[in-house]
Order: sequence, then structure tokens, then C-alpha cells
Amino acid sequence: MAKMKALICRECGKEYPTEALHVCELCFGPLEVKYNYDEIKERMSLASIEAGPKSLWRYKELLPIEGNPTIGLHAGMTPLVHAKNLGAFLGLDELYIKNDCVNQPTLSFKDRVVAVALTRARELGYETAACASTGNLANSVAAHAAQAGMQCYVFIPGDLEAAKVLGNLIYRPKVVEIEGNYDDVNRLCSEIAGERRWAFVNVNIRPYYAEGSKTLAFEVVEQLGWRAPDQVVVPMASGSLLTKIWKGLNEFKKIGLLKDVPTKVNGAQAEGCSPIATAYKDGRDFFKPVKPNTIAKSLAIGNPADGYYALKTVAASQGAMDAVTDDEVIEGIKLLAQTEGIFAETAGGVTIGTLRKLVKQGAIKKQDVTVAYITGNGLKTQEAVVDSVGRPFRIPPSLVKFEQTFGQQGAA
Amino acid sequence: MTKLRFHIRFPEEKIPEPVIYQIGREYQVVTSIRRADVRETTGWMDVEFSGETEEIERAIAGLREKGLLVDPIELNVVE
Repeated sequence: MAKMKALICRECGKEYPTEALHVCELCFGPLEVKYNYDEIKERMSLASIEAGPKSLWRYKELLPIEGNPTIGLHAGMTPLVHAKNLGAFLGLDELYIKNDCVNQPTLSFKDRVVAVALTRARELGYETAACASTGNLANSVAAHAAQAGMQCYVFIPGDLEAAKVLGNLIYRPKVVEIEGNYDDVNRLCSEIAGERRWAFVNVNIRPYYAEGSKTLAFEVVEQLGWRAPDQVVVPMASGSLLTKIWKGLNEFKKIGLLKDVPTKVNGAQAEGCSPIATAYKDGRDFFKPVKPNTIAKSLAIGNPADGYYALKTVAASQGAMDAVTDDEVIEGIKLLAQTEGIFAETAGGVTIGTLRKLVKQGAIKKQDVTVAYITGNGLKTQEAVVDSVGRPFRIPPSLVKFEQTFGQQGAA
Repeated sequence: MTKLRFHIRFPEEKIPEPVIYQIGREYQVVTSIRRADVRETTGWMDVEFSGETEEIERAIAGLREKGLLVDPIELNVVE
């Protein structure tokens, strides 16, 4: 029997074949992959995982592909860093950083979801990959498509910064700048996805794409020595990542690799785009869309597709949510860099800033085994910190001047 | 004949208005509501519009002019 049973509607439960479908024809609810866990349990064990490749594909039995992986073979198995310095600063004994700043090939967690999405797209016979993106997703789709020899279309808003456009053009996809505001771009891309036989990774391939995020849960459990953390802090854009980390932890329990999942799942947003965290704080089970206004561009999704499910997940796990200001985002980036030597993009600053708040509030306690997810590399968003990291010391090429500046012992 | 699916959100002041009825009268589109949650202070509907593409576009523009938020059924697809 196949490990994938069906695609199933998250709202009404209607089942569909495992094709490129993403919306229930009956109720328009989102579809997700339904697995045959009894079958997977037979195939998957600690030994089989540990004998697998040093990539996210060591968990391929719980990923939505039928054959062997063909695209994104090096994504995943990023370091889980025991952050002793940052932990000491925050008052946490066991703080870990899941460092997807060094994910391959494009230095963000999107390499996980795109590896899974395009491997599945190839299985379904697609020759063209596409996405609508302002950053990390476009980079990853373009890079993977180049490696796989697939045609690639990347849709971007017409006013995107030059550096971000360049980051896509280098892989030579067809980059389409759309004239109009964000809503226009969004709606046109949704319509194009319905018209063309393309693998639009976060539209018609979304049920498969989103599953790649589960590997951030699987890896953490393995890297902690086959235990679930007590707390995780996860940045939220669409909210999908947070829900899939929870799903991943519970799948390990279902197939017997974890006895229980005591994990509290906590969500982090920037105040300038915090529809989900605001709904949580207000005690609502629904969110209100917002117009994003934050430096954390990779989290700037004002009408998040999985926002409702993120709220449900945090409630089910008894976690919490909070949001941080742009100044706190920058402080978070600097704190992580200066304590652990990890330069995260703005989403990482959101995670660290929110972690800090949750510790202060007592939601995360000193002895909790806590994992903070850092999902992208700071080299991608240098403009966010350029005015807050100081300047180099400038001296003439003179030993005397050097010693006048830094003193005999080298301290300035 | 084109069929397009949308997520429509109502601000509080628009809750009492019979917007879907009005759209059906003002434009040549057929509306089919699949899911909805309308409360005292907010509401949303997942709706399919059937008709000529240009007429659907006009209906969407009309909804926006009325102050409603109209997104694709997938919500934000730009990540």
C-alpha cells in the first residue's frame, strides 16, 4: 500500500487523489496530505533514519513523495546549536538554536519546502516551476529549478529592491515584475496558477510543499537524542511552518519514535505585521488581515493562509504568541550574533525578540529544553542592521596610532 | 464561462449590508457561497463567482469599492 493515502480537506474531510490539488472542490477548504501511518511504521525506525542520508531525505517515509528524491538533495540536517551564551543571558539552561541560516543551497528554511515541492512536482510530470515571492522562496525555487533543469517563473511586485531582484536573476529564471500593488500581484498569481500547467509551489503544490517544514521537527528530535523539546519558538508568516512543526512532532509519536509530545509551540511575529499574534492576545479564534509595515519582510504576510490553523495549534499545545517592534527585531539579530556568532535575517530577530519576551513573562522557564528556529541568513537582509552596528575604527598605518587607539593590551 | 474563487472579508460596518445579493443584481455573475462565518463584528465568506471574466473583474472591483476585502481563496500567495 502507498504511504500517501490521499489529500484530505482540513475542513470537511473530503478526500482527493494525490495530485496537484490544493483546495477542496466542495467547501474550498485547504487540502493536506493524509498518510498511511501503519505502513510507515513498518518501514521507519531509529536505525533506518540514522542510516539515511545527511539531509532531510533521511525522513523521506514521512514526506509526500512516491519514489526517491531527485531535487534538493542537500537540504536539511542543519546544526542544532546548544546556545550556552545566549541561554545564560536570557536565564535558560537548555536553549538550542536550529540554524537554518546555513541550509543548502540558498541559506533559508525554504530550501526544505522547495526540495519536497519540486521533487513531488517532477513525479507529477511538471516541467515548469513557479512562485510568487519577495525573497527567500523565489531564491530557493530559482536555484532548485536551475539545478533540476526545469523552466522557472518568478513573480515579484514591481517595486521590489534591486538586491532582491538580482538574487533571483542570477539563476536565470523568467522574473516577471507585476505593475500594481501587493493585492494585485497576489490575485494575478493565483489566477495564473489556475490557468497554466505549472508547479506553482505555494499554490497548487502547496499540500506537498508545506510538508517539507515537518523536517524541522524531525531533525530537532533526533539531534536532541530522540526527545521532543519542552518549548519551541517559531516565526510566523503564513503560519504554515508552526503548524507543520507540531504535525511533525505528533507524527513521530504516531509511528512510535516518541513516547509523548510535551512541546509547547510558541509563535513569533513582528508588530508591524502581527495578525495572528494579535488575534491570540485578543483571545480571538480568527485573525484580521493587516497591511504589513515592518522590516521583517520575510514574515510580512498580512492575510496568512494558515493563520487560523496556527491559532489552533498554539492552543492545542498550550503555547503562546507574541510580537516585537522593529527595534526589538534588530536587537534580537545583534544579540544572537554577539552571543552565538550566528547572523540571522530579520525573521531570526523576530524569533529571538519574542523568545526574550516569553522568558520575561514566565511562559518559558529556566529548565525548559527550548528550541528557537532561525530560518534565514542575515546576509540577505543587511539593510536592516546597517545603521545599528557601528563603524570600523579608522587609523593610519602606524603602530603608534594603533596602540593609542587600543592601548597596549589591545582593549579600546 | 469562467469560475473564480475568492475569500471575502467584511469590516464591521458592512455586516448588515446584503452585499452578495447586490452583486448578483449589479453584475452578470452567479455567486455560490461554500463556507462562511459572519458575526457581530466581522465576517468572511468563501465564494465562487461564475460568469465572463471581465464581468467577474468588475464585480470584484465593485466589492472593493463597497469597502470589502477580496483575496484569492488561497489568501496570500506572495511569500
